[in-house]
Amino acid sequence: MDSEEEAMLRAIGLRSIDDLFADIPASVRTDGIDIPGGLSEQEVVRHVTSLLRKNRSAETMPTFLGAGLYDHFVPASVRAIASRAEFYTAYTPYQAELSQGILQTLWEYQSFVCELTGMDAANTSMYDGSTALGEAALMAHRITGKKEIVIPRALHWEKRKVLESYTVGPGLDVVEVPFDPEAGTMDLAALKKAVGDDTAAVYVENPNFFGRFQEDLADIRSIAPSVLIVGANPLALAVTTAPGDLGADIVIGEGQPLGNAVNYGGPLVGIFSCREEHVRKMPGRVIGLTRDAEDRRAFCMTLQTREQHIRRERAMSNICTNETLMAVSSAAYVGVLGANGLRRLALENIRRAKQLAERIDPLENFEAPLFPGGHFNEFVVRCEVPYARVHKALLAAGVHGGLPLTSRFPELGEAALFATTEVHTEADYERLLEAMERVR
Amino acid sequence: MTFRQARYDEPLLCEKTRPASDSDTDFFDVPVSLRRKRLDLPQVSEHEVVRHYTRLSQMNFGIDTGFYPLGSCTMKFNPKFNEELARLPEMARVHPDQDPSTVQGILQILFELQGILAKISGMDAVTLQPAAGAQGEFTGLLLARAYHLDRGDAGRDEVILPDTAHGTNFASAGMLGHKIREIPSEDGRVNLKALEAAVSGKTLALMLTNPNTLGIFEEEAVEIARIVHDAGALLYYDGANFNAILGKTSPGKMGFDITHFNTHKTFTTPHGGGGPGAGPVGVKAFLEPFLPVPIITFDERAYGLDWDRPKSIGKVRAWLGNSALLLRAYAYILSQGSDGLEHVSERAVLNANYIRHRIEKHLPVPFSGLRKHEFVASGKPLKAKGVRTVDIAKRLMDYGFHPPTVYFPHLVEEALMIEPTETESKETLDAFSDALIRITGEDPELLKSAPHNAAVSRVDEVRAAREPILSWRMLQRAKGTEPHKA
Repeated sequence: MDSEEEAMLRAIGLRSIDDLFADIPASVRTDGIDIPGGLSEQEVVRHVTSLLRKNRSAETMPTFLGAGLYDHFVPASVRAIASRAEFYTAYTPYQAELSQGILQTLWEYQSFVCELTGMDAANTSMYDGSTALGEAALMAHRITGKKEIVIPRALHWEKRKVLESYTVGPGLDVVEVPFDPEAGTMDLAALKKAVGDDTAAVYVENPNFFGRFQEDLADIRSIAPSVLIVGANPLALAVTTAPGDLGADIVIGEGQPLGNAVNYGGPLVGIFSCREEHVRKMPGRVIGLTRDAEDRRAFCMTLQTREQHIRRERAMSNICTNETLMAVSSAAYVGVLGANGLRRLALENIRRAKQLAERIDPLENFEAPLFPGGHFNEFVVRCEVPYARVHKALLAAGVHGGLPLTSRFPELGEAALFATTEVHTEADYERLLEAMERVR
Repeated sequence: MTFRQARYDEPLLCEKTRPASDSDTDFFDVPVSLRRKRLDLPQVSEHEVVRHYTRLSQMNFGIDTGFYPLGSCTMKFNPKFNEELARLPEMARVHPDQDPSTVQGILQILFELQGILAKISGMDAVTLQPAAGAQGEFTGLLLARAYHLDRGDAGRDEVILPDTAHGTNFASAGMLGHKIREIPSEDGRVNLKALEAAVSGKTLALMLTNPNTLGIFEEEAVEIARIVHDAGALLYYDGANFNAILGKTSPGKMGFDITHFNTHKTFTTPHGGGGPGAGPVGVKAFLEPFLPVPIITFDERAYGLDWDRPKSIGKVRAWLGNSALLLRAYAYILSQGSDGLEHVSERAVLNANYIRHRIEKHLPVPFSGLRKHEFVASGKPLKAKGVRTVDIAKRLMDYGFHPPTVYFPHLVEEALMIEPTETESKETLDAFSDALIRITGEDPELLKSAPHNAAVSRVDEVRAAREPILSWRMLQRAKGTEPHKA
């Protein structure tokens, strides 16, 4: 105990630190924590760095994994902005007057999301794309009172499992619509059969899990009887029609591609946006524009009567802490790239995926892309040999291949999902192609 | 202390001049039906973007700016080395679908962190998947539900909550369709008679924060556990106030079955202005089979992931959790160690009791006895002068302090919930106490018109909710009604 602590104890009228814990009965007292003593900063940094070095990162091992998360180049300015201590060491902006900076930044983030998605309103984030889907399903149920959520079979199993957990409360039924085995996109004839009187929402992704653009998105609106939820990659939205212009009611997505690292799966950032008419049923924190007592423009959290600290068990969601700092990065990223930069980058991703598929396809044992038609930045590769063998051979060659699909989608045969972005060099592609060529 | 926050009339990035966007685009493989014609996003120089957001950051208050005694939020110093570690490519540029052989480092860190959190909480197994405390609650209730169903006990759909519980507890239970039975407090603690009357064969779980949101330790924790367990229900520990008990007691020791942690509170992962957080959940051994998939395995040689868990509740978010935050929590815990963590709680509790002692003659602190890491004062005495707690809060800004949590918990009128944390010096605590005391004697008009030194004056939140303008699109549609600068 130092002299400062002693002085404070004396002021309170106590003699020892133990007196401060006299209200914890002996029967529940513990004697410290059974872990080693503290380390210096230098020791901690050395230890943690040495553990992290056991990881293979995209820095040293070209990675062709995507499936919702993509290793994009993030300009240093984006990290510099998100590293401003005034932003990252703040709590939720409950006190608007001291928090105008993050409030305006988040309002701008909402604006950028709305422009990309064609929606009127967006929240400041959900935890990730998967929980955005879970929350969207619950919101559709609140809007319609109905109980079926129609989803594509071509969906990441991670998202599917999260959706199933989120729908436990109201007991929603998840109905799966197959993909067209030729096109790899949602089978609209099957969709027509799947929707019915109790359909709360139809969920469709564009690009979908197989990287395919759903060309007939506009037709889905006319088939979907109620709420239409569209899942989108925000970068692809720079060159594809805003889902709002095609009739979507709620647009969600994994926002990581906009300026955030993949972070071994977290933190990520869930995009969530909707039409104005539904905004009071939307989950999550929302920033509004208003004015201060001197009639100047100001921002604050708003529509809080939807939220847990006021509405309690009737709240739209229990979410409070979200992924705000990732939303700050996204706003900065959109700013730094600008409209033109985003469009060019999106097109560059499309071009690269097309070219990579064209280079894989001639290789013995491989077919790419498995599905014809437009792709964003990933595509399914089918193999004549077990993909597990390919996967191992690629790892041995210092390349991380695509996501194995065989066990989750046996109808595809031996297959994997390969993604590429602007980070890949020609040397990376050559390393991949040479290793694939050698697989027998 | 004199304080004046930066004040810029910074326009929206959307309001800066923009040249027309590319028009002669080659759309490659984008289907004709989906080709976008217009993208109304900013187009300004990188320098302008950096300046824009730097200016905005200067109109924001963080713990690096000043004292931030936001009750139940544990705003302590965020060590800078954590930020450097989390930026390493071996953390940032690692994909969660990578083959386990290529992610042994992060798997080891996460596996070890699970073990450490189990020791801190007196639990047997930990999942790191939940993205935040609220999601930890959601996960915990799913676990309790799965456990009861597994025993063939399908009739339990009630969650018992004391009136001091965080609003999130209600919302988490509500999200799962459970009925809430709220029980009143007695002298700031759980009323055991009310609890006995509330439990039944329908009770799924009791959710309790201990110390509770008044900062008071629930001394009858063991008796509470007995009552709940005798009814066949489970006990959930809301870990928001873990900063008070490190090494002194644990949820496991108190008889709880499930607990969550808020890494952004107790283990100082930065809150990012609203997130990210991480909300690991610890459980007693009998609940381990129900934990979310996949679980991290270790066979003494290598770490792996096990999805084959037939009783698992499934998943609450994609992949393994907010790993880059969990990494920071791990590094923080290593730096503190057993001695450091125990001292964290000692100093946090000392600091809270010290401020309470300094101010309670001016702002009463209802209920007797010690406080743990936070306490709740009442602004009621100033009501006669027409001053409300919100005015005290706004005036504190003029002295360079972030206000405490206000109007919570509800059973204290005009509540000010103050949590100083362990990383503040006596000098800071005294300066804050002095300011608070001075404010109670200031001209009411000065308080009601506060803040005077923040980037903006009192913000009209009613207007924001009445006519929501939530995006640039909505603003353009609402043109004419947008507030003009004075």
